[in-house]
Amino acid sequence: MSAPTVEPTTAPAAAPADTAPAPDPRLREGAFGNATALACRECGHQVALGPFYACPECFGPLEVAYDFPAVTREQIEAGPRNIWRYKALLPVPDDIEQSPNTEPGFTRLLEARNLAAELGLDKLWVKDDSTNPTNSFKDRVVACALSAARELDAKVFACPSTGNLANAVAAAGARAGMKTVVFIPSNLEKPKQVNSAVYTDKLVAVDGNYDDVNKLASEIAGEEEGWAFVNVNVRPFYAEGSKTLGYEIAEQLGWRLPDQVVIPVASGSQLTKVRKAFQELVALGLVEDKPVRIFGAQATGCSPVSTAYKAGVDAIRPVKPDTIAKSLAIGNPADGIYVLDICRETGGAVEDISDDEVREGILLLARTEGIFTETAGGTTVGVLKKLVETGQLDTSLETVVINTGMGLKTLDAVADRVGPAATIAPSYSAFVASGIV
Amino acid sequence: MAVSVRIPTILRTYTGGASEVSAEGATLAELLDCLEADHPGIRARVLDDTGALRRFVNVYVGNEDVRFLDDLATPTPDGAQVSIIPAVAGG
Repeated sequence: MSAPTVEPTTAPAAAPADTAPAPDPRLREGAFGNATALACRECGHQVALGPFYACPECFGPLEVAYDFPAVTREQIEAGPRNIWRYKALLPVPDDIEQSPNTEPGFTRLLEARNLAAELGLDKLWVKDDSTNPTNSFKDRVVACALSAARELDAKVFACPSTGNLANAVAAAGARAGMKTVVFIPSNLEKPKQVNSAVYTDKLVAVDGNYDDVNKLASEIAGEEEGWAFVNVNVRPFYAEGSKTLGYEIAEQLGWRLPDQVVIPVASGSQLTKVRKAFQELVALGLVEDKPVRIFGAQATGCSPVSTAYKAGVDAIRPVKPDTIAKSLAIGNPADGIYVLDICRETGGAVEDISDDEVREGILLLARTEGIFTETAGGTTVGVLKKLVETGQLDTSLETVVINTGMGLKTLDAVADRVGPAATIAPSYSAFVASGIV
Repeated sequence: MAVSVRIPTILRTYTGGASEVSAEGATLAELLDCLEADHPGIRARVLDDTGALRRFVNVYVGNEDVRFLDDLATPTPDGAQVSIIPAVAGG
């Protein structure tokens, strides 16, 4: 017996699975698991599973539609301790574990008692994705994109990136034995450049910001045959990988949903997918339904979604980013409008903080929980603090904050803010004189 | 003198498969009128029912998104390169 088909979050009713477009006969059966089609989030138009990302009718984004089988908690718990434990809910084949991948996921969900006490929250967890293979949540999405690239017989694995994605694509491509080409803004943090260049000799630095790099990648994707740009032409498959963050949070909480989640917003895709994951778990009967308030976090130097939220408008005006939180520096976030919808609908909010507050957020998490986050995580923790201070977040409810990446990649952000408290001679008297304790 | 317009894959059914076409017009709006005359149906894919740019399409004159310029009133001088690109989520 099949479980109900789960609709995209805000799309009009999609056509039933039995009217899905015929699959490409060149694809092997089950190439995309239980996925049935790509459906437009705006108008519901369906196209066949393939390297497509924009609706031919209205340019709206395409999302994977499924006909899920019945799935039990026990089946999931018996799976591997990585994202493939949820493979029945992802657009990947049943034999996905046989193909070399970086096997990300099932990262730690840490109860953050010290940070909770510092901020005045009753119950707080940090979902720490800095422990993925290349130290960011991007390994999740890339693993799904790599599966799609393989099934579509792509020859080149590629991406435009603000850094973390480039790291993940380069590493996964190397492990899969695929040629990788990754495009980044030329002013990207040096550690993120090195973290890509060690895995691939085809790191391309583009003079421009992320939105310029993204434009270039979109143009190349339209011209070059056999290229799988993970976040362009195979984006629908790629984006589904972010659902695993939501699945894991629920499973690690003992198969229940949290009351509130704070999520960084770059393109906005991750936030929408965490919401989708929660909805799927409810639809599949794996968790009980309950309200979950979802909050988005941006840095003020690139806060088009927060600005629209505060202005009470639906249209998002693109901005030219100017912030140290480069992994969130997407001035024209394609999924921003969905973030607005979700945060408003769930009783959440979108908030932004200054670069100084981003740095404070990094230090706050490090010094309360021993987690060194990158600037995106500093933004998220800083926004959590601001949401508490402004009364937007209910401190009595169970809250999860997502840390998407590792602080070693953005050392410069805090390098000038920390250092030795004293430099002393190697003698006990010098130590006493230093006044350290 | 004409303006060169790059056409995304999903609109090439309107241009006979061409990835780049030539059009004329002093502004983006006039350019789209010209495109429509040569390739009927294409304008309705780029503009919504109210005549505004669709939410998920980005149009560039040179390397600049027209939303940072004058939108449909953005000048399209001779020799300019115009690109129509579906919006994509970032990374």
